[in-house]
Amino acid sequence: MIKKTIFAGFGGQGVLMMGYIYAHAAMNEGFHVTYLPSYGVEVRGGTANCTVAVSDEEIASPIASEPDHLVVMNKPSLFTFQNRVAPGGDIFLNSSIIDARPTRKDVQIHAVPVGDLAERLGNPQVLNIVMMGAFIRKTGLLPPEAFLKGLKHILGERKKAAMEINRKAFAAGYELQT
Amino acid sequence: MKNIFSRPKSLKKAAFHYCAGCGHSITHRLIAEAIDELGIQDRAIGIPPAGCAVIAYNYFDVDMLEAPHGRGCAVATGMKRVLPDRIIFSYQGDGDLAAIGTAETMHAANRGENITVIFINNAVYGMTGGQMAPTTLLGQVSTTTPPGRSALLDGHPIHLSEILGQLPGTRYIERCAVNSPANITRAKRAIKKAFKCQMDGAGFSLVEILSQCPTNWKMTPVNACRWVTETMAKEFPLGVIKDLKAQAPTS
Amino acid sequence: MQGNRVIGEAAIRAGCRFYAGYPITPQNELTEYMADNMRRAKGGIFIQAESEIAAINMVLGASAAGARAMTSSSSPGISLKQEGISSLAADELPAVIVNIMRGGPGLGNILPSQGDYFQATRGGGHGDYRTIVLAPASVQELADLTMDAFELADRYRNPVIILADGMMGQMMEPVEFHAPPPRRYPECYVLKGMGQGKSKFIRALILDAIRMEEHNWKLYRKYQVIAQKEVRCETFWTDDAEILIVAYGTAARIAKGAIKRSRELGLPVGLIRPITLWPFPTQVLQGFAARVDDFLVFEMNTGQMLEDVQLALGNTARIQFYGRPGGVIPTPAELAKVIAYQLRKK
Repeated sequence: MIKKTIFAGFGGQGVLMMGYIYAHAAMNEGFHVTYLPSYGVEVRGGTANCTVAVSDEEIASPIASEPDHLVVMNKPSLFTFQNRVAPGGDIFLNSSIIDARPTRKDVQIHAVPVGDLAERLGNPQVLNIVMMGAFIRKTGLLPPEAFLKGLKHILGERKKAAMEINRKAFAAGYELQT
Repeated sequence: MKNIFSRPKSLKKAAFHYCAGCGHSITHRLIAEAIDELGIQDRAIGIPPAGCAVIAYNYFDVDMLEAPHGRGCAVATGMKRVLPDRIIFSYQGDGDLAAIGTAETMHAANRGENITVIFINNAVYGMTGGQMAPTTLLGQVSTTTPPGRSALLDGHPIHLSEILGQLPGTRYIERCAVNSPANITRAKRAIKKAFKCQMDGAGFSLVEILSQCPTNWKMTPVNACRWVTETMAKEFPLGVIKDLKAQAPTS
Repeated sequence: MQGNRVIGEAAIRAGCRFYAGYPITPQNELTEYMADNMRRAKGGIFIQAESEIAAINMVLGASAAGARAMTSSSSPGISLKQEGISSLAADELPAVIVNIMRGGPGLGNILPSQGDYFQATRGGGHGDYRTIVLAPASVQELADLTMDAFELADRYRNPVIILADGMMGQMMEPVEFHAPPPRRYPECYVLKGMGQGKSKFIRALILDAIRMEEHNWKLYRKYQVIAQKEVRCETFWTDDAEILIVAYGTAARIAKGAIKRSRELGLPVGLIRPITLWPFPTQVLQGFAARVDDFLVFEMNTGQMLEDVQLALGNTARIQFYGRPGGVIPTPAELAKVIAYQLRKK
């Protein structure tokens, strides 16, 4: 089994962090993982993306020519990556700001209003964690506790206070019916 | 019988290859005497340049590491950081220090590296045969400025010691000459002081030596010595450029 | 951990106590890691140099003073370091130089590329010399080969290049650090001041032609020993392969993905992955050529290692090439198509 995911969006939406926490959590669950971020000029306020591969055996290539999952946080990313998704794969999109929908019929589409949900929690910064709640639920590869554990580890002692709002954000996404 | 003059211990028993009247031989001897008198032969490490003094390791009886052209201060930085209790000095010409190695020199000085630089300024590229150096005087004829150095085409002689003196990282900078007994005595005092500065952990020290090059200046040694005082020292005045009495930097 | 940081951690664990570097993407995380963590190591020294030229020359000074020393950069910066690398080789001083390659020539871009193969494996600077070149293909291997690089540099008193690219440097994978062996090296060359003994010097200038020639032959003999003893190579799914891909580093990683896809379709393809680019695994390739007729060299450039494969195999096999230069990251699917095409052609 190998599952590859591309996370993409604006710089500042926490796109790289989503992939990083996911990779970290998967590693702690005993999977082989690779995390490959985009870097350099394009992450300075432009678009950002990263690719995470999770497998139960050694990962040959960390690059996803046909990702199983795509998580897009803005419209340009949807147009850039939607045609790459493997048939039968999943596209998670930030429906708070993406009004378009993929034209493909051979993939499942999950519209998650992450902006609105984060707003309701009083902290628009956690929209990436809301998305991860929905992502972890739908993909079913990792138990939610594993993700939260990874998140807690990455936030560390210094940002302990931030854990509560992140936990709420994750729950909001996880419990959402789409 | 009392021995009043002999070869310094820190010079090997080898005859200098330098031309008659060249300032390198005198400066080598002054450095060796300073090393002897300070008792640091066992822990001094020299860094010779590319140029006429490239084989200085044949003359100095201390450990020596040859640096690529212009990189003396960077190499010295690496050595001194690893061996902070050794006395590290680089020996560099005007082309080495003030042209190709300007960046390395400026930044080592600006970091306040606790090293000593002996800067031989003879206003010409000696070993390659008398081309224009960054310190060549205006109007001075060299093989690459046949009509004489022109400010318009070739720029001005660079005063690197003065520039370095403006950096907060430098501690002691003096310009000397080796063209007369009085100047030689002063130069030795300066070299000794520069080493002492390093031994006290006080920071970057540099002694610039106006050094005669009769061969490339196409002069007799006597005339070359006279030219240093009458012409060169007008452009590059002798004396202390910077001498901070303040305590060694602590952080 | 991220590849760049892994190199830094492995270096510190291997006893690297001197690092000088200059910022350049995509290797900045390594410089930053050293700035942050060298302090942790007893006697550890970090200097942000004013240029790549200064950095390599600081390494030269530190190495002559007996420290395990390293510098890192990316392609344009490595060009600047060549003067120092040539001097290190001439002086027979150990040092580790990391090149996280990016697209070129010139400033190029900051994306992963393999355009510096010639530069790394042919010496790179002026003069008759070689550097050992290690090409990691995973984050774990970045750790292992970094440690080995210091060991090899000491053993042969020669600069060692770690040749990776932006993807290796930026990628994160789990990693375990093994305990490196204690440092053993002949201290005879180290300059520490003459003390009570005789003075020594290290120099690269040898004006006498005969003595310069002797020095060159001495280096040559050393390189012959390295070429005999230090070749490293991985093979993957080669047993029944009818076509063999030759690829290193990131390209080898992509090739493995392509081979898995092709094998699912029943295509008999395998991989030879040189881990040392110099010395090149010439004999390994020749061994396979006795049984396999078709080789496909795959690189993220326009064909550089290709020449080493051609030198190794001559006319004993058919050699094809597929490359994507300039920072394009080819996909496994793309390479799988090339493999299928080559096999159909047979």
